[in-house]
Amino acid sequence: MTLQLWIWLMIGLTFSLYIGIAIWSKAGSTKEFYVAGSGVSPLANGMATAADWMSAASFISMAGLISFIGYDGSVYLMGWTGGYVLLALLLAPYLRKFGKFTVPDFIGDRYYSDTARVVAVFCALIISFTYVAGQMRGVGLVFSRYLEVDINTGVVIGMAIVLFYAVLGGMKGITYTQVAQYCVLIFAFMVPAIFISIQMTGNPIPQLGFGSQGSDGIYLLDKLDGLSRDLGFHEYTTGEKSKLDVFFITAALMVGTAGLPHVIVRFFTVKKVSDARKSAGWALLFIAILYTTAPAIAVFARTNLIETVSEKKYDDMPVWFENWEKTGLLTFTDKNKDGVIQYVADPQINELTIDRDIMVMANPEIAELPNWVIALLAAGALAAALSTAAGLLLVISSSISHDLIKKIIKPDVSEKGELIAARVSAFFAVLLAGYFGINPPGFVAAVVALAFGLAAASFFPAIVMGIFYKRMNKEGAISGMVTGLLLMLFYMTKFKFGWFGGGTEADWWFGISPEGFGTFAMLVNFVVSLSVCHLNAKPPQEIQELVENIRIPTIEN
Amino acid sequence: MNKKLAEKYWKENIKYLIILLSIWFTVSFGFGILLIEELNQFKIGGFKLGFWFAQQGSIYVFVILIFIYIILMNRLDKKYNLK
Repeated sequence: MTLQLWIWLMIGLTFSLYIGIAIWSKAGSTKEFYVAGSGVSPLANGMATAADWMSAASFISMAGLISFIGYDGSVYLMGWTGGYVLLALLLAPYLRKFGKFTVPDFIGDRYYSDTARVVAVFCALIISFTYVAGQMRGVGLVFSRYLEVDINTGVVIGMAIVLFYAVLGGMKGITYTQVAQYCVLIFAFMVPAIFISIQMTGNPIPQLGFGSQGSDGIYLLDKLDGLSRDLGFHEYTTGEKSKLDVFFITAALMVGTAGLPHVIVRFFTVKKVSDARKSAGWALLFIAILYTTAPAIAVFARTNLIETVSEKKYDDMPVWFENWEKTGLLTFTDKNKDGVIQYVADPQINELTIDRDIMVMANPEIAELPNWVIALLAAGALAAALSTAAGLLLVISSSISHDLIKKIIKPDVSEKGELIAARVSAFFAVLLAGYFGINPPGFVAAVVALAFGLAAASFFPAIVMGIFYKRMNKEGAISGMVTGLLLMLFYMTKFKFGWFGGGTEADWWFGISPEGFGTFAMLVNFVVSLSVCHLNAKPPQEIQELVENIRIPTIEN
Repeated sequence: MNKKLAEKYWKENIKYLIILLSIWFTVSFGFGILLIEELNQFKIGGFKLGFWFAQQGSIYVFVILIFIYIILMNRLDKKYNLK
């Protein structure tokens, strides 16, 4: 069978599966639409959370990125997994006990204030929109690369699918499609990794393989360190970033993860508090399978690449090299006209530029794996992008229909009316996301990092103190959230877009990059909240009772 | 549940959190970042130890920590007749 046929088959099969699930799990009430009726099993919720969490970036870009930056890539590995420990221990069980539908629900009720609720809605919308634009773009890219359709056509096809199951099924539809999508994406990620690990080290477990010896008896990592040194790159197993910055970025990603509304809301979908704890455990286990494999793929791909291209004749390059040259993601300019590829760190001499995304995508071709593996990878990348997009769209639609319309603008709206509003806002959210996918604002890459910083700087302190500090009042929480949010926005726009006079790396405060600044803004949020809190009265008695109540799981019959 | 009992439950919960989060901090920020040079002097298989903690070990510990937390809390719930 040809590759094209395999790809159509694989994508056709997975897509009909998602649509079938959507029809089977149509939402009939707002509770089903927002939180899948709170009846999801912990195992299923763990898978759904993992698929929700792992985006096109985790699937396609992360391993490639790590393969170019080596040790520094650890910030993503630790940052995007360590946040689940915070979620499981500090947030999920208590928010489940609180038992409403959204994060602004919690902020608004706990801080007895519609101002707090609106601030929370605003944060949730900014975070989710910046994120979802990137996902739709990812869908478009995968379609265009594998099916040879136009990127925009790809975005439209992706929109149609998401529209169908998000609007029809709400959280219930999304949850069960995400379970299917997790299975597709993890299988698609692991199969090539296992094949390549066997090829390069004889060990079928990639996590062990990249610490093993190659066929020449040299440890793979030692070899890669040596190759990197010879070509003028920094040693693979040591980094270039300052220790302080690595610390701050890791912390910002961890705390940001724990503060992302589309992740938090997943824990509202299980039956009881103990299930919320369990599903956080399952979620991290399922995520860890991909996240511990990614650094192995990074090492395999990097070693393979250097050995295939460095100082080799251009005319002798394998077919995949030519295939990816066509996409423009791999370019060779023979600067010294010797017909040999010089791939080195020095930009004056270097003749090869490689887009980091192709490291995962081209892997099966580089390793000469069969066509069905390549088709599987395409289906996996689509599953990763679609599942994350759907989760984000749900947060957007519930923020509008529940937090704004039901809670603030028109509290007397009927159950049926609210459900229609939820579907309509989901519909418009998909259209808007699609628009950004087709006309991506140039700052998408920059704002995804911003989303984590914003979540860390705004939501995380407000939620944690809402649970662990009974004395925290609305004045403290609101001023903390607003200060954290504005400070983070200021820093990111200053150093990413050149507003407020701009600045370079030399101007960073304490040497902290914009990516790591969320940690700093979060600390400021804590300080401001606590100071303002003590200048104002204690929260009312019934709020203190609410806090006492969410700390203790209900007796289960 | 009366107030005194609820407070006791909460205190035990906090104690678990402090212990588990200290381990969380140690394996990631400690071993994977702050102490990496020191740990990189040791090797397990082809991995420098600090590098292994940063890209593998810390993640395994995170998973184990959550499952330990689940067990501890289930036991605590049982002790206070919440289950």
